[in-house]
Formats: sequence, C-alpha cells, structure tokens
Amino acid sequence: MQNPYLPYPVRVDDIEIATEDKSLKTFKFVFTNPEDEDKFSYKAGQFAELSVTGMGEIPIGIASSPVEKGFVMFTVFKTGKVTSYLHSMKTGDIMGIRGPLGNWYPWDALQGKNVVIIGGGFAFTTLRSSIVYMLHPDNRKKFNDINVIYGARTPGMLLYKDELADWEARDDINMHITVDGTDDPDWKYNIGFVPTITEQKAPQGDANTYAIVCGPPIMIKFTLPVLEKLGYANDHIIMSLENRMKCGIGMCGRCNIGKELVCKDGPVFTLDELNKTPGEY
Amino acid sequence: MKVIKINKKDWVGGLEKSRSAYRLVGPFKENDKKFPVFKELDKGQEPDLTTLNTVISPKSIAFPQSEVMFEYTMDEKSEDRNSLKRPKKNYSSCAVIGIRPYDATAFLLVKKNFDTADFRDPYWCDAYEACTFVGLAINDPDSTDFSTSTKSGPFDESGLDVLLVDMKDHFLAKVITDKGDAYLTAAGWTTEADTDAAIKQIDEVKNKAEAKISSKIAFDNIEKKSIMELYEADFWDDVAFACINCGTCTYLCPTCWCFDIQDENHGESGKRFKNWDSCMFPLFTHHSSGHNPRGTKTMRVRQRFMHKLKYFLDKYEDGIMCVGCGRCIRFCPVNIDIRNVCALMNS
Repeated sequence: MQNPYLPYPVRVDDIEIATEDKSLKTFKFVFTNPEDEDKFSYKAGQFAELSVTGMGEIPIGIASSPVEKGFVMFTVFKTGKVTSYLHSMKTGDIMGIRGPLGNWYPWDALQGKNVVIIGGGFAFTTLRSSIVYMLHPDNRKKFNDINVIYGARTPGMLLYKDELADWEARDDINMHITVDGTDDPDWKYNIGFVPTITEQKAPQGDANTYAIVCGPPIMIKFTLPVLEKLGYANDHIIMSLENRMKCGIGMCGRCNIGKELVCKDGPVFTLDELNKTPGEY
Repeated sequence: MKVIKINKKDWVGGLEKSRSAYRLVGPFKENDKKFPVFKELDKGQEPDLTTLNTVISPKSIAFPQSEVMFEYTMDEKSEDRNSLKRPKKNYSSCAVIGIRPYDATAFLLVKKNFDTADFRDPYWCDAYEACTFVGLAINDPDSTDFSTSTKSGPFDESGLDVLLVDMKDHFLAKVITDKGDAYLTAAGWTTEADTDAAIKQIDEVKNKAEAKISSKIAFDNIEKKSIMELYEADFWDDVAFACINCGTCTYLCPTCWCFDIQDENHGESGKRFKNWDSCMFPLFTHHSSGHNPRGTKTMRVRQRFMHKLKYFLDKYEDGIMCVGCGRCIRFCPVNIDIRNVCALMNS
C-alpha cells in the first residue's frame, strides 16, 4: 500500500480567473507522471488535497469530470494561506494533488431518475463535474429529466459562464440560472434567490426524483424547507459538506459530525443521514 | 503456554544481551527531567520499573508529538524541487520494556484509526510493527485506575507479547506471542518455570491487584442510547463549566490520536510535520471562512467525551476509546473526571 500522504506531482497547465471580483481562479493540472492519472480515477462529487510544498494542503472539490481526460480541474476561492499562494502561482509550476478522497454522489441510485441540481455561489464545482458527467453521450440516457438551478450574487460571479450558455442551448437539460440582482439590462435569465427560484422551477418531489444541493449555509437553510414543501423525502435530498480537514483519509480526527467523518464517510450525505448526526458543520 | 522465570540478577545482563538484535525502549528519567518518559534507552540505561506509570503515555513510540513526514526543497535550481521525500527512520526491531498493560491495550485501539482497510498510516504502522511489547503487570493499582471496566486491566495481555509479573526476587514472564518468545530467547532468558504452578502464582497476584481497583465505570446504557439523545443531554454545560481547554487530557491520553499537518521552512528547504493536535483547541475545527462548527468550550468538551464513550463505541462496536489508565483524572487542572462524565452519560 502506498503512502497515502504522498501527493502525485502535477504541473499547473492553465489558470483562469473565474469571477469578476477575481476571488476565484480555475486551475487545470496535468500529472507529471502520466500513469498517475489512471491511479487518480475519480467519480463526480469527490475531492482532493492540493499540496504546495512549504505552504501546506487544502481540501478542494474536483471540478473536472471523470469523462474529461488529460487533466484535472479545481476552482479555488482565495481565503487562507495555501489558497492565497495558489492564486499567485504561474503555469508551469509544479505542485501536488492527493486523492481522490471521500465518497461521491450516489450515481448508481440516480440511474433512471430525475435529477435536480441546486447550487449557489462557488459551491458549484462538483456540481459542474456532475453535469458534465451526466450530459456525456455515454451517460445521458442513464438519467431522466435533469434540472439545474444555479445562482450567484451577480452575473459576473457565476462560474463556468461559457458552459452555462452551452447548457442553456441544449434541450436535454433545463437550466434555471439566477442572480440575486443585476443592473445589466441585457440579463435574460432569472433574478431572485436560489430558494425562490427552486420553488418556482423545480419539479415536484417523488420517489423518482432526487435533489443535489450545494451552497452556502444560508442558501441551504432556506432551500431545504422549499424542497420539503415540494414533496422531496429526506433520503432524496443529497448534500455535500465541508469541514476543516488535514489528512483527508479519516485519521486526523477534526472533521467528524458524530461518528461520521466528513472526509471519508462523506462529504456526500443525504439529509436523512445528516438528521441523525450532530450538525457540527 | 510457556512461563519463563527471570532471576532479577540476570535482568540487566539479559537486557544488554538482547541489544544485539533489538533497540530497547522503556521508561527512563533523565537527570534534568522531573519524571520518566518512554524513550530509546542508550547503552547502560535501564528501564525504570519502579514508577507505576509515566505522566506522558507511551503512545509516542508510534506517534511522536512531532514527526517529520516529508522533507523537500523549494530551490528553483534543484531538479527535486517541490518533491516530497520521506526521511529515513530506524524501524528495526524494538523491544518496549516495562509498558503497562493498559497502555499496550491502547495501541490496539489506536490501530483501528491508523491501520484501516482503505488506508495505512505508514509512520504509525511501521513503528508499531517493529515493536515487541514486554509489559509489566500492575501489582498495586492506584486510586484512579479503572482499567478493569474497560477492555483492559492490570494484567491484561491483549496488547502484549510478554507479560512480566514482579515476584520480588524474580519475574515470571508469561509468553503471549511468538514475537515475545523470540525476544526472551534473544535476551537469554530461557529457564522455563513449571507452567501450572507459575500460572497459579500469577493469578493470585492478579486477583489481588484487580480486587484493589475500587473505581468502576459502566457504559451499557450509553450503548443503548442514541447519539442525538446523548448529544442533546442537559448536563454538558455543567461538565464543561470548569474546563480551561488546556488539552492536557488529550496529550496525556494513550488513546487520543488527533493530529495536525504543518509545513515548516528554513530558507529554501523545509519539512512537512505531523504534530499532536487536540479537540480542545478552537483552531482544530476553525474554517477559513471564520465559521467554527465547534466554536464553544462546551461543544469541544462534549466532543471529547462523546468520541471516547459513544462515537467510537458505535463505530467499531468494540468497547469504548479508553483503557482506564486514569491520567486525565490525575492531571486535569480543574478536576474533571471521566468516570463522573461516563456515569452521567450512562444514567
């Protein structure tokens, strides 16, 4: 068994500013040893530890999709020591990634079902991974209706804008993009908070419909009652949690919610599972 | 089943003899230190078998307070820049002499965390696997020892390779594993005692020792209650009232395994460290956003007791994460007593 703390070396292949306030950048990494890419075989919903020697490691959701080959992608919010350093890195720099870590969205259970993706702000990364995965020609027929409700504060704060536009144009996915507010007279999508748009646009909940919810705590707080009203059972509401992490492999002890470890037993839990744990997240 | 009789006058000679095949680790008090700690014994240093127990548990044999995981250089001119290298460390056979039975049991509990079906922590596992545990039975337990109500006890053999029992002028060494047998042979202690008679003698001392333990805990009701019922119990503010979140309990505990990972640089080179951490510290769970899911003292104190007495119990279905050594009771500066907390939780 290999040392689980040893990251795979990667080269920074591309860096893109992701939002108008420049607080988020999207990094594409390429494995310096091509065989490591096979070892880093992941599913949509998992995360990895980005490792910068001399700075430390940070757990970040994988934004690229298992169906995209040749690179892995992460969108990182500049907030602490490691993320600030990452934002100052250049293409060609060498760093490390450790993973894939944690569990994933329940792709087996979602087969043949309607999927409603509800995302807010910069928690859209693993949701992007999921959408790209579901829309892949090999996979699209495995799922019924796909609805996406995605909101940000302003149009300029939406992630992956080009892809959002592509998905808008397709007829096999229903996009409901929204912003809290905008002074752009040409804005042609929704205006309103995610819970409100969910209430208006999301399909009724039933045994064949699952919601995947990812966003800031305030969005989650007001979206869950809406889903309940729409008839979604707690075991059909899927969430992805964040907690402070170090090891990412269930050993260092800090990310637990009760007996579950967010890094290893999660980060994906159903609301039903979360209701049985102390909500320490 | 084999019992070896070791005459005390052959003790030091045997230890020295075993050095040809083993590194020796044991409790030892350095001249400038106040109390003994488990350390690698230099030639001529003997394990101190007179101290009932060390203040700091021997968990550091496999889980040092600070351990280098990797070394690296950030020098732009170096071909190896930003590549992490695990430093060489001596993992040759090591005999841990004089570890107390409950401290050895603690290794079995910590192993559940560091050696799993999915991941193996090589730092802990390599160090642990190099060890032969030659434990010393506790003939005279102290007032804070409640090991018999956990999965351990003063004569518990579960974590040991050899159990030594002090019989005044000699030791009876009960051979528990082949590893233990090999160590005794390497030390030249091969005089077999009459097994039946020796076991009878050992059991007599054991029964006396166990009878001296008056302090007991029970967790049968904790097992039956739900996590949420215990988490929402009304006594946590009272339990935590006096706590100063100093972390002494977690640092001294033989079963506490939480750690931090930190990089430390000197110029162009640096090291990635694994350091003890503690659920008592606010920073332990502090998000970079400023949010802290265990932001209050009460939440942190509850986490410690819930982890030891409920989460672990539910997760592994193999008892509590405590061996009853009593260190956290003896050294808590504000007299928080896990036995009382356990009783509250179990009531």
